[in-house]
Amino acid sequence: MSTLSLDNVTLRYAADHGSSPPVLAAIDLTLEHGEFVVVIGRSGSGKTSLLSLAAGFVAPSSGRIAIDGKPVSGPGSDRAVVFQDDALYPWLTALDNVAFPMRLRGVPTAERLEKARQLLVRVGLPDAADRHVWELSGGMRQRVGIARALASDPTFLLMDEPLGALDALTRGRMQGFILDVWQTSGVGALLITHSIEEALLLATRVIVLAPNPGRIVSEIRTTFGRDHLAGAPLSEIRSSAAFRRLHDELTALIHAEDEGIAA
Amino acid sequence: MSLSLESPPSVLHAPRDIAGGPENKRPRSPMPLAWISLATIVALLFLWSLAASYGLVSPLFLPSPLAVYRALQGLAVTGFVDATLAQHAIASLVRIFGALAVAIALGVPVGLAIGTSRLGKGILDPIVEFLRPLPPLAYLPLVIIWLGIGEASKIAVIALAMLPPIILSTATGVRSASRDHVNAARAFGASRLQVLRHVILPSALPSILTGTRIALGAGWSTLVAAELVAATRGLGFMIQSAAQFLVTDVVIAGIIVIAAVAFVFEMTARLLERWLVPWSTRR
Repeated sequence: MSTLSLDNVTLRYAADHGSSPPVLAAIDLTLEHGEFVVVIGRSGSGKTSLLSLAAGFVAPSSGRIAIDGKPVSGPGSDRAVVFQDDALYPWLTALDNVAFPMRLRGVPTAERLEKARQLLVRVGLPDAADRHVWELSGGMRQRVGIARALASDPTFLLMDEPLGALDALTRGRMQGFILDVWQTSGVGALLITHSIEEALLLATRVIVLAPNPGRIVSEIRTTFGRDHLAGAPLSEIRSSAAFRRLHDELTALIHAEDEGIAA
Repeated sequence: MSLSLESPPSVLHAPRDIAGGPENKRPRSPMPLAWISLATIVALLFLWSLAASYGLVSPLFLPSPLAVYRALQGLAVTGFVDATLAQHAIASLVRIFGALAVAIALGVPVGLAIGTSRLGKGILDPIVEFLRPLPPLAYLPLVIIWLGIGEASKIAVIALAMLPPIILSTATGVRSASRDHVNAARAFGASRLQVLRHVILPSALPSILTGTRIALGAGWSTLVAAELVAATRGLGFMIQSAAQFLVTDVVIAGIIVIAAVAFVFEMTARLLERWLVPWSTRR
């Protein structure tokens, strides 16, 4: 059981030292193995910065980021990242993209291609292996991106609005897919989104961020994702009373922040 | 009423406009661009023969297209100043590609250093900016003093003319690498060298190829100058000697050959681009 933890983390960008509020202030967050934490907040609340910190792309201005107590000094293959704009390499085929993390580790060609093929089957794209990235639809690209992330056998899967650029129909299907991947891989998932519905459907825990400075204002535990994995269809969950109530609650929370700024 | 009659046809036309876009397999453009270009060439040739056959210009200045064609034939078979056309052309091509190899081997690493490291940029930028605006003819005498009048000095001058476009386009290409692409590799545990090899270099490749195309153009124009000094073979040398004896038809034939070779270069480079970096135009 691994734990990714952020202890009292503050992030300031060097340019605005002192003058403006920090991007993120006093963030305390833990992500356990097997958990699905969704971070939601209005734009400017530092969602993506939070993910960059967890991934190790940026270092905190103060505070501590650690995995099982060991401080994180940079990006590492234990924390795979899925990007909003897929970040697949256009000069590689879908298969080679998935095999890329293994190539970096020096896994022999035949072995890594075989494993990449299995991963493509697992994300439902057995026929996409030799296709170029630009020949794939947005939803397929994100599936390849997730397969590539899984190829590094991560302990944590960090996803930055992975469904943000997709149309509503594809989005709905991909939410079920992400839950499935999360369950079968047993990773600790951290997902950034601005969709309340998505947050409630996927998360075991929803973290609400508020801007100026970016800070955690609320934390809600949900079980809708697990209900879906246990067999409840997404449409039924979405129309259930419990879901509607939490949806309203979350909307009010984020809306309240708006009023707070206007005042 | 008239409004409602007019608007439906425009709505009906809209999908057809979309179908006529560049993505469509059956474009219905009125006349292919190549035809217009071909017609222009034919018209120019016609005017040229007209001017020659009516004696509007002395053959010493402008020989007829037929005379130039015969000169080309003669060049190919018997040659001019002790070498056939093929030998002249090969001598020039060896210089161009020798210089290109040197320029790429030096320019790409220098461009990568400028694009990826502050130290590299600080050290190399002033050197490149010093070299870039200099006309090759200005440093040709110096290179001859240093390297003599053999092949080395010719290749060096051409390579020096090719270096700046390759260096600058490589550095630009490095800067065009997407941050997500770099971050993704870092998240998968890539070392700095692996990021360079697997992400930055492929990202910069389209730009490097464009730079190589520009460099070929620059090298081609420097070639003629480089062959003015102590060459015994080469297209530039051939034209220069023909001009000294006022063999105008050979001069024009030489110019046409140079233009044709440059055209083939350009087409090859474009094909290479489509084959090596097919993603650069999509995505």
